[in-house]
Amino acid sequence: MATAAGLATRSAADTAPLVPVEVKNLHKRFGDLHVLKGISLTANKGDVVALIGGSGSGKSTFLRCINMLEHPTSGSIAIDGEEIRLRKDSSGDLAPVDRRQVRRIRTRLAMVFQSFNLWQHLTLIQNVTEVPVHVLKVPREEARERAEALLHRVGLYEKRDAYPAFLSGGQQQRAAIARALAIQPDVLLFDEPTSALDPELVGEVLAVIRDLAEDGRTMILVTHEMKFAREVASHVVFLHSGQIEEQGPPEAIFGSPNSERLQRFIQSIH
Amino acid sequence: MSDALPEEIAAPHLPSASTTRSEFLKPHRIVLALIGVGLIVAAAMTLRWDWLPKYGDLILAGLWMTVLLLVVTSILGFLIAVPVGLAQVTGPRIFAWPAATFCTIIRGTPLLLQIWLLYYGLGSLFPFIPEIRQSFLWPYLRQAWPYGVLALTLSYAGYEGEVMRGAFAGVPKGEIEAARAFGMGRFTLLRRIWLPRAFQRVLPTLVGETVLQLKSTPLVATITISELYAVFARVRQDTYIVYEPLLLLALMYLVLTAILVYLFRLLENRLTPKSR
Repeated sequence: MATAAGLATRSAADTAPLVPVEVKNLHKRFGDLHVLKGISLTANKGDVVALIGGSGSGKSTFLRCINMLEHPTSGSIAIDGEEIRLRKDSSGDLAPVDRRQVRRIRTRLAMVFQSFNLWQHLTLIQNVTEVPVHVLKVPREEARERAEALLHRVGLYEKRDAYPAFLSGGQQQRAAIARALAIQPDVLLFDEPTSALDPELVGEVLAVIRDLAEDGRTMILVTHEMKFAREVASHVVFLHSGQIEEQGPPEAIFGSPNSERLQRFIQSIH
Repeated sequence: MSDALPEEIAAPHLPSASTTRSEFLKPHRIVLALIGVGLIVAAAMTLRWDWLPKYGDLILAGLWMTVLLLVVTSILGFLIAVPVGLAQVTGPRIFAWPAATFCTIIRGTPLLLQIWLLYYGLGSLFPFIPEIRQSFLWPYLRQAWPYGVLALTLSYAGYEGEVMRGAFAGVPKGEIEAARAFGMGRFTLLRRIWLPRAFQRVLPTLVGETVLQLKSTPLVATITISELYAVFARVRQDTYIVYEPLLLLALMYLVLTAILVYLFRLLENRLTPKSR
């Protein structure tokens, strides 16, 4: 039923190209703390948007608002042209009107977390087939074949029956990426995917993400890896204290930053 | 989060069942086994066991009753404990508060008192309520066992509810969040992720709690349920033999505990992630 509704929306808008992610004027307050102060961002099909900025700039909060893990205080979010219906709840934030709509939209957005968040009681292959089988109702055999192909792609086919606790951080994160791909998402959201990794393990994860970018996947990426953002992103957004300070193509952002803050930020990173 | 034990502590590597015979037969084990056999032979030769054949059937019936009580009340109790624990972790206050109160009352009063309050309290109240006297339940409610089962079930639920609260709260937030981020509904999340993760963490505690439950079952002998202890109490009354029945009784509880621990270990081995 949920899938049928999703298909209907897609075919109705077949004529105009769908905008995978369109966020308008997003605000988020945690009590007195104004974390996001009116952020708008559009990701078109195939865009790789990198969100950069210092800690506390609101980039992770913004990413988490896109799939409603965090409830924004005001603003609007549309995925594939479908706006998430929101209304004020008792806490003053916007809560979804229809949980089912949010669940359906979440199956088009796949998130990769800083600390992997693989389900520890399931093997890698079970982690990858879990959502296809139990949420998307894909037949078990088909899900398993797809999962094996995905684990092969991220170089973990041999480890498919291992439990996450027995793998390195880099391997866990690559498995988490396979889990994200298994739902065949329209957009991939990366929340600092390499920040929790030992330096020598960062490369293997970035290689997988780069591979996906070259596939033409739509991705929004919160990252501290400036060199990587410069090479992979099609669009870079610099956030400072909850606002977009500067944005543009990576050459412009890293080559000739306008604002003093961005200049200082880039210097501090190098 | 103090509940979040490192994986090594939460899921220790259990000794594998496949120890070879030469590993098993160590000198200290042989000596202990010989002492054990000696004690049994001495007990069999010097003590009085002539009463045993006469009461064999009763003992078996009592054993069956004890096992039945243990299994039924543990399973029912656990089924209640899951919502009781969950309500305290995520429930709105109207569910969380009664659940916490339930656990406090059950854990804060002696089980013997609970059994008597149910049996002598409810049990003596019901006959005066015509609706209950005439209902199909009356043939059951005039017996003792429903009150014993109820008391033991509530007791297990109270203790386990508190344990499950900790287990649910101890599942890493990130794993729950990942499930939500992938569009899982509440029920699927509970069934597929939260409950199995919590159960896995709680298993080692559950063994101990279930052994305690086994050793709580003799208390229902006080309300005329003929479980294992009640049978041996009767042997003593009939024959005036004190020590032999008690020794045999102790041995039977010991064996039951050993079987219980073994079964839980099998379950734990199945559910604990192992490197492959």
